[in-house]
Amino acid sequence: MDLSSINPVLLLASLMVAATPILLAAIGELVVEKAGVLNLGVEGMMITGAICGFAVAVESGSPALGFLGAALGSALLSLVFAFLTQVLMSNQVATGLALTLFGLGISSLMGQGYVGIKPPGTPDLDLPVLSDLPVLGPILFSHDLVVYLSLGLVAGVWYGLNRTRAGLILRAVGENHDAAHALGYRVTLIRTAAIAFGGACAGLGGAYLSLVRVPQWTDGMTAGAGWIALAIVVFASWKAGRVLLGAYLFGGIAVLQLNLQAAGARVPVELLSMSPYLVTIAVLVIMSADRSRAALNAPAALGRSFHAAR
Amino acid sequence: MTPLLELSGLTKAYPGVVANDDVSFRIAPGEIHALLGENGAGKSTLVKMIYGLVQPDSGTMVLNGVPFQPASPHAARAAGIGMVFQHFSLFEALDVAENVALGMENPPPLRDLAQQILRVSTTYGLPLDPHRRVGDLSAGERQRVEIIRCLLQDPKLLIMDEPTSVLTPQEVAILFDTLRQLAAEGTAILYISHKLEEIRTLCQNATILRRGTVVAECDPRERTAQDLAELMVGTALTAPEGGGRETGAPLLSVEKLTLPPSAAFGTMLKNVSFTVHAGEVLGIGGVAGNGQDELLATLSGERPVPPGALFLEGRDIGTAGPTVRRAAGLLAAPEERLGHAAAPEMSLTENAVLTAVVRQGLARRGFLDWRAATAFAERVIAEFDVRTPGPAHAARSLSGGNLQKFVIGREVLQAPRVLVVNQPTWGVDAAAAAAIRQALLDLARDGAGIVVISQDLDELMEIADRFTALNEGRLAPPQPMAGLTMDRIGIMMGGAHDMEVAHVAE
Amino acid sequence: MIRLEPRREPSRVWAAATPVLAVLATMVAGGLLFAMLGKDPVLAIRTIFWDPLFHPQFASYSRPQLLVKAGPLILIAVGLALGFRAGVWNIGAEGQYIIGALSGAAVALALYPADLFVLFPLMVIAGALGGFLWAMIPAILKTRFNTNEILVSLLLVYVAEQMLASAALGLLRNPDGGGFPGSRNLRDYPAAHNAEIFAGTGMHWGVAAAFIAVIFAHVLLTRHITGYHIRLTGQSPRAARFAGVNPARLVILCLGISGALAGMAGLFEVAGPAGQISIDFNVGYGFTAIIVAFLGRLHPVGILLAGLLMALTYIGGELGQLMLGLPAAAIQAFQGMLLFFLLAGDVLTNYRLRFGRTEAV
Repeated sequence: MDLSSINPVLLLASLMVAATPILLAAIGELVVEKAGVLNLGVEGMMITGAICGFAVAVESGSPALGFLGAALGSALLSLVFAFLTQVLMSNQVATGLALTLFGLGISSLMGQGYVGIKPPGTPDLDLPVLSDLPVLGPILFSHDLVVYLSLGLVAGVWYGLNRTRAGLILRAVGENHDAAHALGYRVTLIRTAAIAFGGACAGLGGAYLSLVRVPQWTDGMTAGAGWIALAIVVFASWKAGRVLLGAYLFGGIAVLQLNLQAAGARVPVELLSMSPYLVTIAVLVIMSADRSRAALNAPAALGRSFHAAR
Repeated sequence: MTPLLELSGLTKAYPGVVANDDVSFRIAPGEIHALLGENGAGKSTLVKMIYGLVQPDSGTMVLNGVPFQPASPHAARAAGIGMVFQHFSLFEALDVAENVALGMENPPPLRDLAQQILRVSTTYGLPLDPHRRVGDLSAGERQRVEIIRCLLQDPKLLIMDEPTSVLTPQEVAILFDTLRQLAAEGTAILYISHKLEEIRTLCQNATILRRGTVVAECDPRERTAQDLAELMVGTALTAPEGGGRETGAPLLSVEKLTLPPSAAFGTMLKNVSFTVHAGEVLGIGGVAGNGQDELLATLSGERPVPPGALFLEGRDIGTAGPTVRRAAGLLAAPEERLGHAAAPEMSLTENAVLTAVVRQGLARRGFLDWRAATAFAERVIAEFDVRTPGPAHAARSLSGGNLQKFVIGREVLQAPRVLVVNQPTWGVDAAAAAAIRQALLDLARDGAGIVVISQDLDELMEIADRFTALNEGRLAPPQPMAGLTMDRIGIMMGGAHDMEVAHVAE
Repeated sequence: MIRLEPRREPSRVWAAATPVLAVLATMVAGGLLFAMLGKDPVLAIRTIFWDPLFHPQFASYSRPQLLVKAGPLILIAVGLALGFRAGVWNIGAEGQYIIGALSGAAVALALYPADLFVLFPLMVIAGALGGFLWAMIPAILKTRFNTNEILVSLLLVYVAEQMLASAALGLLRNPDGGGFPGSRNLRDYPAAHNAEIFAGTGMHWGVAAAFIAVIFAHVLLTRHITGYHIRLTGQSPRAARFAGVNPARLVILCLGISGALAGMAGLFEVAGPAGQISIDFNVGYGFTAIIVAFLGRLHPVGILLAGLLMALTYIGGELGQLMLGLPAAAIQAFQGMLLFFLLAGDVLTNYRLRFGRTEAV
């Protein structure tokens, strides 16, 4: 094995790129879960975003339009989930699974004509002074806009949830929907909005995979990223800042194992490939073992259906 | 005096039931007006219409001479209506200030709000720390959060839905002082209750509802409690007959039981000891959230306890689960009917199997005998006068009173040695409540030991032989019920929970 | 205006009618989808639902396929349904299926070229054991550390896929295969071959096992106290604890049964229709079985019918690819849509639709 072939600067720089799809999806799901809704369809929304973004970017030649299309497409799909769970009060676990299964199917159908095509490139920022800094420049200041957008989104979600009235209401709805209803808040509407936001974020994450990280379209290319995003929300105990930590930690492992594979490490390739999933499971175990803390931070109404009684 | 709020001809129907039929009355500024009625009489629906949660089918409301038709609670609050809910509309994981802000139309920034909360709460003798998490507060303190939330918006009308059900007698006295102070300042109060003595002490006018219609309006101070009860229920009620019982050998004893809480915001049981004898009814009072659920769970076997703490007829059963305890003769009926004592979606037959499978021999080598189970369910239905078309119907299709009769009947008919019940008549109409209390007394007369955990002091005074109370997970030494004063009972329940110290009127 | 009004009791009529309605709605929506793809919708629907059974030319081939495809779906779905009924969400059946196939095939390949009568039963046991143990990972993490079984069981699918790749390329690779990935073909290994019980029917031992599982699960749920506890826990966990159910034991039981059944399904598949361990011998039965379980109302007999129907869409989908050039992915979207319609229709079981503002008295 040739460890010297791993360049730590490039490793850290690609870490941010590897983490971004999951960061986007997880921060969206965080908002959804804070509103008391468990949407297990993140994987399905991500892959739908991946193909919507890819198709729009290829057809229009504009990656920006691609990301926009991805956000819209996935938000639209998430509204199917919202309609089923919020209006028809279907079981959230089952509906989330249905969303994932349907998303995998429909994306593959939509992607028929796009296999093997190269998408238009998403330009990296070239900041006059910052990007040229040694070490820090390539790691922090030479990415595309979406990387910074995702960081801004984390900050925005943190601020929105903890410092604004809208965020307080959203948390209240996720905590006790009956009480929120009794005080006159529109539980169904607020949750639907949260679900759509989560869908848009997952779509952006998916598009980042197909337009930047890979970049091309293949069936099932999200390969569990949506599920890992769900796990990161648990890992983060429903806190925005820790979603960032979780996603970057995961990004680090993903990049490291790829680098080790490339460097010809004397560890079976399959073991390296499964390491992100194993690490995610291990982290989940550690986080959920402390029952009282897990219970304190989890939104109390998570996954429960709401129907305004008489 | 011109009325503050005038209701005329309010009607609201739900499929299968008319919740309010042509209800009219008026409330003057500064008046404390009682709305009296049994469970299911239509009190909640009526106040929900005033608070904008429900829209009337017909009828009008006039507030300060202007037609009033709130489309939402926001509109009602903007018009000067405040409401303190019976089941608090609070968020346990949020702090006091955040909870207050959620109930206000245009709350100031949280830091200023915290100052206001401190100021208003001391003015009205209801001190509160705005930064505490609501999940850590006692029931009385939670009610304060709701009251402060209303008071910060200068309500012209304050609706209080069964406010004293979570308070000790001492805390009730403090609340009444606050309400009188508010009334003196011109705030009208609509006070909903089914507790007659309270209404006679506090209110100047009473509107009595029965099955959705107004059956009487009166000055409760001029009526006896017996009069009011008959107006409310419609028939004269007979008190349960509990005579002819003899206290025998000790059956169940709990010795120095200490147990940490099982859930977030749960209560820790601390050094709990008591004994129940054959033929005896032990009443355990206390305000909600002081360890009632935890005590029931340790007795039913849902939460096993270490050896040496729990004995049934001399046998240590602390580590045994519910099935073993049932076989030994210790049965229980929890407070929550739907989802704990019974599975809502399952039929009554299936719900009979829930606890009766062991003692009634409803299974052979693991295979259920559905015919025997149906027969047992039918017996419960017949002997406890459960109104249902048959045992194949789902538990959730029954009314609260009927389901509670089924739950209690299911345990009573298994001939327990000791029966533990939590809130046996909560939310149940008067006739069903009387039947349930009578069944418990009859069971005691046949030699069983009964533990009644209840937040309804009137109920305990009616049927208990000895009384004790849970307070923050501690249990006072049981005393004979006869001869206990209200004051003494209140102190056993924790007095004013250190709240009186801060009570400064003005 | 349409409003939903809670029923006092769940409607049995609607519970039974919803799957039928969902299938019809999916046919309509699927037809639209196919029309958008430029195919004749009526022809497409006929190709999927009718031709596999009655087409003069293809039916003789595709009819036996019905059982071949329905067998694993039913076997897995019956196990999943027990868990879903209890509120235990094993969605990693695909992983248990892979591990079951690997364990069973490993036994056969380790003993190659044995001519033992007990070899096949041994493989079945090994397959069930493999699936069982794989499912024990989420089960034990759930009971010991309160870890979410949905996420763990699903993430383990990806781990299992890597193990499959590793086995197909390494440990279990056919030494006589000239370096190509994939194991020996078990169909050429008589003692290990899961042959048809009745030639030409598609009825292999896995299908027989599926039928037995349906009967077993039905008796368990309706007659036995354990089945009663499963239903009780799913509907009302607190009431179940009050009744004396040990929730941890139930999690172990449900995940264990569903894992063992999925593992067996994997073994039957690899030893029969698939024939060998290859990188992608699994075709997603573990996920489709989730749809089958819901479509069958989590009821064993319903699952039997749903499994046959879903198998029909698989075969019909293949036929559609062949005859109409329908994309393979279309059938996957079609199946997902079916689950949506089913879940949407469920509302009618518990709620009544009311039209207009006036309310009934």
